[in-house]
Amino acid sequence: MSETSSSSSTRLSVFKTYKLYVGGKFPRSESGRVYEVSDSKGKWLANAPLSSRKDARDAVVAARKAFGGWSGATAYNRGQILYRVAEMLEGRREQFVREVADAEGLSKSKAGAVVDAAIDRWVWYAGWTDKIAQIVGGANPVAGPYFNLSTPEPTGVVTVVAPQESSFLGLVSVIAPVIATGNTAVVIASEKAPLPALSLGEVLATSDLPGGVVNILSGKAAEMGPHLAAHQDVNAIDLAGADSVLATELEIAAADNLKRVLRPGAADWSADPGTHRMTAFLETKTVWHPTGSLGASGSAY
Amino acid sequence: MPTNAPAALADATASDAALRRFLHGLPGIDPVGLEARAASLGTRSIKTTAKAYAIDLAISMIDLTTLEGADTPGKVRALAAKAVHPDPLDRTTPATAAVCVYPDMVATAKEALKGSDVKVASVATAFPAGRAALPVKLADVRDAVAAGADEIDMVIDRGAFLAGHYLKVYEEIAAVKAECGDKARLKVIFETGELSTYDNIRRASWLGMMGGADFIKTSTGKVAVNATPPNTLVLLEAVRDYRAQTGVQVGVKPAGGIRSTKDAIKFLVLVNETVGEDWLDNHWFRFGASSLLNDLLMQRQKLATGRYSGPDYVTVD
Amino acid sequence: MASAFEYAPAPESRSVVDIAPSYGLFIDGEFVDAADGKVFKTVSPSSEEVLSEVAQAGEADVDRAVKAARKAFEKWSALPGSERAKYLFRIARIIQERSRELAVLETLDNGKPIKETRDADLPLVAAHFFYYAGWADKLDHAGYGPNPKPLGVAGQVIPWNFPLLMLAWKIAPALATGNTVVLKPAETTPLTALFFADICRQAGLPKGVVNILTGYGDAGAALVEHPDVNKVAFTGSTAVGKKIARHVAGTDKKVTLELGGKGANIVFDDAPIDQAVEGIVNGIFFNQGQVCCAGSRLLVQESIQDELLDSLKRRLSTLRLGDPLDKNTDIGAINSAEQLARITALAETGEAEGAERWSPECELPSAGYWFAPTLFTNVTQAHTIARDEIFGPVLSVLSFRTPDEAVAKANNSQYGLSAGIWTEKGSRILAVANKLRAGVVWANTFNKFDPTSPFGGYKESGFGREGGRHGLEGYLDV
Repeated sequence: MSETSSSSSTRLSVFKTYKLYVGGKFPRSESGRVYEVSDSKGKWLANAPLSSRKDARDAVVAARKAFGGWSGATAYNRGQILYRVAEMLEGRREQFVREVADAEGLSKSKAGAVVDAAIDRWVWYAGWTDKIAQIVGGANPVAGPYFNLSTPEPTGVVTVVAPQESSFLGLVSVIAPVIATGNTAVVIASEKAPLPALSLGEVLATSDLPGGVVNILSGKAAEMGPHLAAHQDVNAIDLAGADSVLATELEIAAADNLKRVLRPGAADWSADPGTHRMTAFLETKTVWHPTGSLGASGSAY
Repeated sequence: MPTNAPAALADATASDAALRRFLHGLPGIDPVGLEARAASLGTRSIKTTAKAYAIDLAISMIDLTTLEGADTPGKVRALAAKAVHPDPLDRTTPATAAVCVYPDMVATAKEALKGSDVKVASVATAFPAGRAALPVKLADVRDAVAAGADEIDMVIDRGAFLAGHYLKVYEEIAAVKAECGDKARLKVIFETGELSTYDNIRRASWLGMMGGADFIKTSTGKVAVNATPPNTLVLLEAVRDYRAQTGVQVGVKPAGGIRSTKDAIKFLVLVNETVGEDWLDNHWFRFGASSLLNDLLMQRQKLATGRYSGPDYVTVD
Repeated sequence: MASAFEYAPAPESRSVVDIAPSYGLFIDGEFVDAADGKVFKTVSPSSEEVLSEVAQAGEADVDRAVKAARKAFEKWSALPGSERAKYLFRIARIIQERSRELAVLETLDNGKPIKETRDADLPLVAAHFFYYAGWADKLDHAGYGPNPKPLGVAGQVIPWNFPLLMLAWKIAPALATGNTVVLKPAETTPLTALFFADICRQAGLPKGVVNILTGYGDAGAALVEHPDVNKVAFTGSTAVGKKIARHVAGTDKKVTLELGGKGANIVFDDAPIDQAVEGIVNGIFFNQGQVCCAGSRLLVQESIQDELLDSLKRRLSTLRLGDPLDKNTDIGAINSAEQLARITALAETGEAEGAERWSPECELPSAGYWFAPTLFTNVTQAHTIARDEIFGPVLSVLSFRTPDEAVAKANNSQYGLSAGIWTEKGSRILAVANKLRAGVVWANTFNKFDPTSPFGGYKESGFGREGGRHGLEGYLDV
């Protein structure tokens, strides 16, 4: 943030100290480290926390703790909260436009379009929370006297390596589908452009989203990623923002407890998101129960 | 009122409420699982020596039955003769366990069976509907016992059972048992087809045993659904559990609808693998049947000769 | 159980199946020798009799088979779905026609009772082909968008516990979606897959669409790692599953894994006890417990534990162990000497760790690989036999006090494949089912399978689903 408008006033602007968002709180990195974040032209914007593996560990603990409540919340309730995120963002639109413009070197109007798309993405996923089960689950007509129902369930704690370039729309596009279905997330923000992500934490904290559902870390994916990919209490990993070398390394580490892995793919974050980012982190549970006849009538020999 | 429940279960019959609590506290039955178990035992393949054993055992367990409005002394005598020597061509064929007739035919049957070990069983208590006043039912029983019946097959009051008046059903069974005294063994018929659910059949089984039944029996043979492997399996589980809890052994009699050797063997497999050999004896297991006997005899002839038999080689009654 | 009513032997006839003295690999529609000429023997686990000698695939054979599948892919994937469907319907029908032969063959090669191959394996195999046959021309309606595309060549590695059924689970959806297949059956049970090759021939399936490579783990690894394989489907151990997950890292290969389990079978005090006992028996003794979704941990509410164990022990005493071809056999042979050694060692660990071991009186045949039905009581979460998959007829009995505790114990496992719930209380079924982290939950039943019903695990039990509409996803580029 730079000083501005010195012509009309000599007032110094108040800098913002960017902090992590973990377990609903805003801690500094336990390591005490920060790194410089610059805009696309190399101008200093702020210091961001340089998270450590211990921060990642704490984030997993918070995400696990939040999982029971969030996955157990009604889909309607989750939808209300995701929509609330959109409402909160709309109110802070100007801030995010500025941050995105700085982060991605976009013009105001292009940054505005990105922020609008990100807000709309929350609305899109808010609407999905109570529909995805009807799309991917259902009754199965088994050949026997049984009721058989398949339902999708969140896989658990998901590590998200957020896109490096698309610091906000890309970020929202990977977080929202993870939590819409009831997972909780540990997010490694874009390394070079983490500020929109850290600000998003502030929005999430005021959107009725329970603490720990989304945890946002800034720093190096290459530093934290391997610990999160190998973490035995993490159930899945989205490699959206990992380069091919890191993605391969993390996928290998993820095999230790057979995490669900969403590999990096071609990224057009403005395209129709479809459902695959949701289904990638859903389990299918199939429950059987006998039906049988009403009474002990004529069972054949 | 007499009480026949063993000491371990005496509290259960203290009141209608207590009896309801007890019967509704019995483990539930999942119909699909029950039927699957019965069907799975029905796939046992009983061949050669095992089949020969099973056929003779089944013959010896039959309560050869005639319960027609048109029954005559001649018909009953013919049936008695067949019970004693089911296969006139083969005197090694075992006799049936009993003949089963209406009370007014007991004396005839008794006379015809004199000198044999074949018992006379009589249906009583306003069989098959059971819709008569208790004194009438008891008189019916008294008559049959006085005429020499060795066994009484009573029907429970299904109306009372379905209305939840368990104590009434219990007391009626106990009263009939008192009429039987030590002269006749009591078989209690539930008419399982009218009780409809397997849970009801389990409750009725316990009610019957607590009331003093020597045998519990599925059905009268007079309604649409009579003995089936699953409902008989429920009865077998009940006598097994009752003995484990009280030490008292009670017999089981599926009746109605069992017509072929194949069916009969399935029931014997159920007995063998549910309650074991303690029940593989006509003191503890019976078939209420009539046409079953001829099929058993034809199968027996096939095993003996290697040829398939035909209906002209067994007797019509 | 000794009884006056002794069942005479009732063996199914072996004469319905004609096993050749040797078999080749099935590549590009022909039976061929392995490139290096290697062979191995397959034995009947119930007698140790050698049934046949089959070719042992090596890396060169894998390459040849993948090339054949690649070549066949172009035409096969371009066929109208309705035509692919008809091939699969043909296969389903031929399996039905030859089901007695295949059941006997499976029993001979695997050691499982004929009762199971006849009444469970074979009917499910045919049903699976029927089910997926119908999908072949309806993929536009499967919920994966318009005109979903196949992946290409599927490399499939299957286990020995349900040889033909696992083949069906792999091949039917792969072909329906337009992929071609290279499948490696387990080394101890190669025969039904080779007979399936003959069924493909009878059905007139184009050459190279299905290729069968008999062989060992090295052939499986070579198949999984082959660069021209687009899809890997594996059913087997979690250890191998993890290896595969590492191998495919950084590639475009799509993977589905069906791995181990340690299913909790939870019995509440209001359960339908007699059916629960049957469900417990079915859960752990079906196929000698060599089932990934076996209910190998019995969690019983403490208040009914003694009563339930009495019933269970009485029931176990009626199990008939012996000749798998006898129609009255309930418990057949363990599949291999190696597996028997593994089960034996884990059972010994159970004893060494202080659990109480019980088996019914049970005479084991002198030849072959056998293990008596076994029950361990006084087991806690800390015992090895409560955590490790035994894959044998060994049940660990644990107790719980409250529904919360039951769920916590059930979920306290690296696995998450199956679970059972026994209670007459409907709301409890739904509440517990909701909390269990397992892919298949059987309430008041156990070990039921159906082609329409998705099957697969949470956590280290693998990922992806087989069966149902869900089973298509693993074979489509979506």
